[in-house]
Amino acid sequence: MPKISQLFYASALALCAATPALAWEPTKPVEIVVAAGAGGASDQMARMIQAAIQKNNLMKQPMVVSLKGGASGAEALIYMKSGEADAHKFVIAYSLIYTLPLSAKIPFNWRDLTPVAILAFDQFILWTNAKDPYKSVKEFTDAAKAATPPFKMGGTGSKREDHILTAFIEKRTGAKFAYLPYKSGGEAATQLVGGHTAANVNNPSENVEEWRAGQVRAQCVFDAERISYKVKVSGDLSWNDVPTCKEQGLDVQYTMLRGMFLPGKVAPDVTTFYVDLFKKLVQTTEYKDYMEKQALKPVFMTGKDMTDFLQKDEELHKQLMTEAGFVATTN
Amino acid sequence: MEALGLLMLGFKALMTWKILALMLVGLVLGIFVGVLPGLGGPNGVAILLPLTFSMDPTSAIVMLSCLYWGALFGGAITSILFNIPGEAWSVATTFDGYPMAQQGRAAEALTAAFTSSFIGSLIAVMMITFLAPRIADFALKFGPPEFFAVYLLTFCSFVGLGKEARQKIVISMALGLLLAGVGMDTVSGQLRLTFGFTELLRGVNFLVAVIGLFGISEILVTMEERLALQGHPASLSFKVVWQVWKTLPRYWVTLLRSSAIGCWLGITPGGAIAASFMGYNLAKRFDKNPESFGTGRIEGVFAPETAAHAAGTSALLPMLALGIPGSGTAAILLGGLMVWGLNPGPLLFVEHKEFVWGTIASMYLGNVIGLIIVMCTVPFFAAVLRVPFSAVAPMIVVSCAIGAYAIQNAMFDVWLMLGFGVLGYVFKKLDYPLAPLTLALVLGSRAEDAFRLSMIGAGGDLRVFWSNWLVGSIATLALVLLFWPVIGMAIERATSTFSSKTA
Repeated sequence: MPKISQLFYASALALCAATPALAWEPTKPVEIVVAAGAGGASDQMARMIQAAIQKNNLMKQPMVVSLKGGASGAEALIYMKSGEADAHKFVIAYSLIYTLPLSAKIPFNWRDLTPVAILAFDQFILWTNAKDPYKSVKEFTDAAKAATPPFKMGGTGSKREDHILTAFIEKRTGAKFAYLPYKSGGEAATQLVGGHTAANVNNPSENVEEWRAGQVRAQCVFDAERISYKVKVSGDLSWNDVPTCKEQGLDVQYTMLRGMFLPGKVAPDVTTFYVDLFKKLVQTTEYKDYMEKQALKPVFMTGKDMTDFLQKDEELHKQLMTEAGFVATTN
Repeated sequence: MEALGLLMLGFKALMTWKILALMLVGLVLGIFVGVLPGLGGPNGVAILLPLTFSMDPTSAIVMLSCLYWGALFGGAITSILFNIPGEAWSVATTFDGYPMAQQGRAAEALTAAFTSSFIGSLIAVMMITFLAPRIADFALKFGPPEFFAVYLLTFCSFVGLGKEARQKIVISMALGLLLAGVGMDTVSGQLRLTFGFTELLRGVNFLVAVIGLFGISEILVTMEERLALQGHPASLSFKVVWQVWKTLPRYWVTLLRSSAIGCWLGITPGGAIAASFMGYNLAKRFDKNPESFGTGRIEGVFAPETAAHAAGTSALLPMLALGIPGSGTAAILLGGLMVWGLNPGPLLFVEHKEFVWGTIASMYLGNVIGLIIVMCTVPFFAAVLRVPFSAVAPMIVVSCAIGAYAIQNAMFDVWLMLGFGVLGYVFKKLDYPLAPLTLALVLGSRAEDAFRLSMIGAGGDLRVFWSNWLVGSIATLALVLLFWPVIGMAIERATSTFSSKTA
């Protein structure tokens, strides 16, 4: 049976070529650390990654999701920082890596961890209740400027992305809002539908169900270009039909990274393994479906591109938060 | 009767051997995790979730929600036998359930708990079946002032209807509120009371506190008082079951009242935990002999268990219809829904009829099968109390420690639990009530957030709590309950002077 053995050797050779002999691989289950509560955007992303890697056999070891959302996610950051050189856990990070150290003086800097890859950018949209008459951003901001008591703007948490964006809008329009910090984006969404707030700046995924049900109106997206997805979502409208805020005369741009970080001081071949893993992950249909369903902007950014971006993004947050007075002073 | 037709559709989706088998697996695992304190429903569901990724959504939700029912049933077992509540809503069950077990009436208490949980869930499921679409609208009416009014109502019912000295209730509650303040403050985005310790960032976990306050402190007290005790004689026969069932119709008012409270608080997003306490307090309030509560009254088991399960069941409704989880377990189920490709929200009921009605039908079936299974275990669990205390106690301490650790995978929580054990011991020695502390710990930060959001929205105007009929009536009811002893006295005096005048 020379043929079969030849085939065997050939394939074995091919395998060897594909994976260098001493490449590092996880030797025990890998922990996906979520810096937010159950059911939130980070948790959903973790479950997607878990499912995609498991279904496509991208890794031999299983993955476990561990929720460390205590103290608005600070728990996860401290946990990752203390896990130096541990190659079996990574965190799904978002802008909290810049905001928490500034607003709550959490002893953390993203340079304490090892950046691996950015897998997506999350968008922000200005949403209003469909029962309210505002057909354009201008109508809404004009009404907000004239309103006493001020319009209520709902969002997730205090002195973080939604709050920063609200301050940014106030700065550009001159309108003042009473910002209401809720525990989650889902809560901010139902509070808008219930008429308890006038608007929110939720991510597309946080408001999509209410949008599909025709309960809220998507006024504009805070990005340089429109969202690319053209499949109809809400009635005749697709994500692509939502204008950018700049088109609507409100020049505010803000997006949020969804990036993977390993603990600090891991060996270089560990980082290589995970970069490779995520490279395979973004090819899976699970990942692509997830991006479209949540209206996320798919990217794959790693290495120097990523660190350059993180530096620039950190500067932007520092500037916005200082202007808004969100930076904690020593007391 | 469109609902009935849809329900039949749901039942049809369930009637396969595969789904029935999954149901059984879920229930048995659920009872198992429910019995281990701290492990509980949320952890069980989280552990099983990855197994469901390759299942179809209906099978997956049936298995996981049956695990949830199982855990709800199982939670009552440790509350009654060892005074260790496994979930927030089992706390009130310990008040009379544990004294009953100590008197050798464990089988009776367990039967009462299981039966009333069954009745509570059944009434809640029936409500879901017929009112589902309209309830979503009701839940949307709740803004920050309404939420605060509900929490206020719970706190006030404790102070106004408690049987202990009022000062002691208030002191215990204040201590709970203080502990609830530890960690990140959502409204200001600042850390509070952490004193620079990273372990305190998470705040004080409610279950860790409860396991210590009730479980460990009970062991300390027992060690001091009755170390020689050789277990309780517990009847092993099924006769007890029939005896309890025979007396059921007598308590129909309690059962109905608690179901109504449970359904109402369950559909109020986040209100489920308060239900068991309110059910218990109101049963005590309306009883002819309120002093005897806490000494082993069977109503003291019926009332909180019915309310807790009605609430626990109806809490799934805001999750499905609004995407807002009413409990920890519901939050993890929510994550599961997304993985299975379903989006909880207003359109779920329209677009995934088979899934929604399959879930509702599984609530009926799961409860019936669950009841049968747990009833068979009553003699077994009641017999656990025959084991000498000196053999059981170390096992309880170990399982408490495992439970406290497993909640957040933190060793610090084990020390914290032991600290709470000592605190609970001191409270018992000084005759301070533990329940207000636990209630304040679990609802304190929510009440605070709701109050501050109301104030931000209203520009600091307290009249916002009387700005519409819904919030106004809840807030007024809260104040009435708070001043109930004074009002009760005034009414008594008024009627006595009135009757003396007419006489």
